Amino acid sequence: MAQTLLEVEDLHTQFFTSRGVVRAVDGVSFHVDAGETLGVVGESGCGKTMTALSILRLLPDPGKIVSGRIMFRGNDVTKMTDEEIRDFRGNDVAMIFQDPMTSLNPVTKIGKQIEEAMTAHNRFTETLARGRVIELLKRVRVPAAESRVKDYPHQFSGGMRQRAMIAMGLSNEPSLLIADEPTTALDVTVQAQIIQLMKQLNRELGTAMMLITHNMALVASLCQRVVVMYAGRIVEEGPVDQIFKSPQHPYTWSLLRSVPRVDESRKDRLVSIKGLPPDLSHPPPGCKFHPRCPFVVDRCKVDPEPSLDEVALGQVARCWVLMRNVKQEDVEEAKKSALSKEAAEKLKASTAEVGGDAGG
Amino acid sequence: MALPVAAVEGAPIDWEVPEQQVGLWSDAWQRFRRNRLAVLGLGIVIFLVGVALISPLLVHFGIIHDPIKQQVESIETPPGVNGHLFGTDILGRDTLSRLMLGSQVSLTVGLLVQGIIFPIGLAIGLTAGYFGGRIDNLLMRFTDIWYAFPDLLFVLVVVSVWSVNGPWFVQLIPIFGAIALVNWVGLARLVRGQVLSIKEKEYIEAARASGSSPLKLILKHMLPNSLGPIIVTLTFGIPNAIFLEAVLSFLGVGIRPPQPTWGQMVADGTEAIYANPTSVVFPAFAIGFTLLAFSFIGDGLRDALDPRMRR
Amino acid sequence: MQAAERAPARVAATDPVLVHIKGAYKHFPIGGFGGLAVRAVDGVDLEIRRGETLGLVGESGCGKSTLARLITALMPVTAGSIMFDGQDITRLRGGGMRRVRRKMQMIFQDPFASLDPRMTVGDILQEPLDNFHVGSVRERRQRVQELLRLVGLNPNFTNRYPHEFSGGQRQRIGIARALAVNPSFIVCDEAVSALDVSIAAQIINLLQDLQREFQLTYLFIAHDLAVVRHLSDRIAVMYLGKVVETADRNDIYDHPQHPYTKALLSSIPVPDPVVERDRAPITLKGEIPSPVNPPSGCRFHPRCPIARVPGVCSEVEPPLEPHGAQDQVAACHFAGQA
Repeated sequence: MAQTLLEVEDLHTQFFTSRGVVRAVDGVSFHVDAGETLGVVGESGCGKTMTALSILRLLPDPGKIVSGRIMFRGNDVTKMTDEEIRDFRGNDVAMIFQDPMTSLNPVTKIGKQIEEAMTAHNRFTETLARGRVIELLKRVRVPAAESRVKDYPHQFSGGMRQRAMIAMGLSNEPSLLIADEPTTALDVTVQAQIIQLMKQLNRELGTAMMLITHNMALVASLCQRVVVMYAGRIVEEGPVDQIFKSPQHPYTWSLLRSVPRVDESRKDRLVSIKGLPPDLSHPPPGCKFHPRCPFVVDRCKVDPEPSLDEVALGQVARCWVLMRNVKQEDVEEAKKSALSKEAAEKLKASTAEVGGDAGG
Repeated sequence: MALPVAAVEGAPIDWEVPEQQVGLWSDAWQRFRRNRLAVLGLGIVIFLVGVALISPLLVHFGIIHDPIKQQVESIETPPGVNGHLFGTDILGRDTLSRLMLGSQVSLTVGLLVQGIIFPIGLAIGLTAGYFGGRIDNLLMRFTDIWYAFPDLLFVLVVVSVWSVNGPWFVQLIPIFGAIALVNWVGLARLVRGQVLSIKEKEYIEAARASGSSPLKLILKHMLPNSLGPIIVTLTFGIPNAIFLEAVLSFLGVGIRPPQPTWGQMVADGTEAIYANPTSVVFPAFAIGFTLLAFSFIGDGLRDALDPRMRR
Repeated sequence: MQAAERAPARVAATDPVLVHIKGAYKHFPIGGFGGLAVRAVDGVDLEIRRGETLGLVGESGCGKSTLARLITALMPVTAGSIMFDGQDITRLRGGGMRRVRRKMQMIFQDPFASLDPRMTVGDILQEPLDNFHVGSVRERRQRVQELLRLVGLNPNFTNRYPHEFSGGQRQRIGIARALAVNPSFIVCDEAVSALDVSIAAQIINLLQDLQREFQLTYLFIAHDLAVVRHLSDRIAVMYLGKVVETADRNDIYDHPQHPYTKALLSSIPVPDPVVERDRAPITLKGEIPSPVNPPSGCRFHPRCPIARVPGVCSEVEPPLEPHGAQDQVAACHFAGQA
């Protein structure tokens, strides 16, 4: 078994707003092993980004880590001093954001910015850093790296900027890279380039990665293990093959079947999850997914939330029902049409009546 | 081939909607109310308007002194003496009642000038912004020329060339005109900028795709959506106009006596500033507080109406 | 019950064409000297058939959104003609334009930007009805409620403002607005790309249901090929202002003729780790060149894995010609040889 790099234990992160306490991360525990790629998936507002920001202690304002431990190589991140946390952020963990433009300084040359990231943590002297910048840009496959170090961020295209961000993240040789939707803002072909790059880097450098995304395909392509989050909680976790082959939590199942696959020719209906994610300041009782769950039973509404129980080797899920107990008819039912036939008929009738005078 | 009706009927309906039920304007009012300085400013302005409205009545019924009457027995009395709460000036006129009546001029100038600026700025800004191209170029160069004139100098020239006799509100006409002429430029530019940015919004495209005419686009979409910044600009324009009028009166080219104005009072008071400082201090404070009150309101409105403040 | 069985029958290749784009150009001058212009749409020929969904894919800057605006007459063309139902809409003015506009509507990408924040939902939905003088005022109100019900929203929400709704709900309002005047053709410009996955699925299903119910013709524009394949009968691929390939949705996936199509398809990850392990994406060199100064000859040649440079690829612009399956056209000198 590989060595555990990061261990998050029962993390609670809350936002104290005027409308109440928002439980953005509500008792999350997981770990990242050295060298592995862990996918954290869920829809916007499920707490995946807040988990990452908690690990780096970069939470935006009314947010606070209320309880829990974040152990990185035996040190608790939540107890670090400001000095230690700065050291930790640059040297041990680096983060890549969705939009590279907002995290790059527009008036400083790319090369200079990467250099500053290196010298800030006193790991490299200025002369040493300068030499490494070109090497780093080459490593992330920026063409003509020698001349492009003198460019400003706006002279870089979106894909190149993301490469520069990755180079900056890698500059201090961190052992964990947290990537928050690193390809969402990019075009399809550029996205493929970046995915390729991240795979190569993971192989070459052995950097562990925590990939935060809503894109299940990206997870399938890059990750070894997956954590599925919903409403601030982990609802399912397991090895990537297992999760994709037999997801046990209805949310994971729906998430997988709500995206069309480019390699499928059938025009099958997609599974859509009805309604909206819950308001995290007033979450529903019982299982938090029950108001949207197509396979809900009475127990889900009244009993306290189920625990994360082992459902297969290495796979845990938080559900009373589990997908393997769901009947095929119910699965088909979940795909049925949501159109109001009655309204459609009325609309057609009314256009037939009134359509003439204006249509002609 | 249609879907079986059973699969379609009783379809789930997405009834839930987050609870918030206020419109954008009432939302803005909620935010405005939370800004204490803005509410204070609004209070001061309401108080001033009240004063301006009732002071002629108070004079009529003799509750306060006649602001024009020169009381020789009490020239330059300090505050509180002989029933002159704020003292009197060099001619023995009651400072309090002059201040109260002076608010009429200041408020009229402040508010009415904006009333003149609003249609001019709006019309020019909307036309330039909406039609763009050559029309925009022409109108904006025209505004640039106006912008290049030094404000005060222009107003001074207009007011000294064109003066009207009559009661104070008739005398104000050239002052209104002059101030409005130099101030519409800012609003026109703002409106044009607003229209240019709103024009690119998808909802304008959507309205065009729905068959809306240009006039409807302007009136139903562009105007309501740029109203916020327009209101803020107009509010900030009020103290500007009040100040300009005070300067004109101070320089002696504004409203002619006997109607008291604050600028004029400061000018009169400076003649005896050492002997009787209160006759300068009170009108100066009146101007200052009024400007501050309108600025507070403007700040409050800007924060309340600024779309970036919306969650 | 599956739409797949029905799809080919519904749209035979001989079906009359609803929209016919012939040599459409749209150049945006960028000022300065030398007459430089962004050549957003640079000679597009395309047919949209009655009752079908034509998927239009391409990366950002390929001109697909501009093309959508040309087809819906939201922008004038620089050159070329666009025939809608037998009429050239580039020549229509006034009343003629209004009559055509009523038949074609658009669903926009950003559900937050496409609804006027100062109008209530009822006013938003009623606007097209007012503009086209549909029915009496009472009938319009009633129709607004039916529209809301149709897209799965509470019909009593007419006096709510857009900001009170979530992204998915707003997109439904946008769809209801497009349906208000009973159009026959709807352009969906990245209609689901701004939405969360589960919400996007709701909207995709709704669009399919509505098409079936009201016999709509869709032009579905997206950068996500998976979604496009799921919804479309035929797919057109755009690159740098030109259509490079058009084919049936299965043909284009099974045997793409243009190397760009092939690369585009192969670069999309599949939500299946087993497939992903063996998938070898064709990663293209570099990024899309500037549409101000597109490459000579075939526009794709600087990034193309099979281009012969110097040679025919960098010198001669390939025309759209039949290649591969029936009803498949591609603009490549070496079509199918990747």
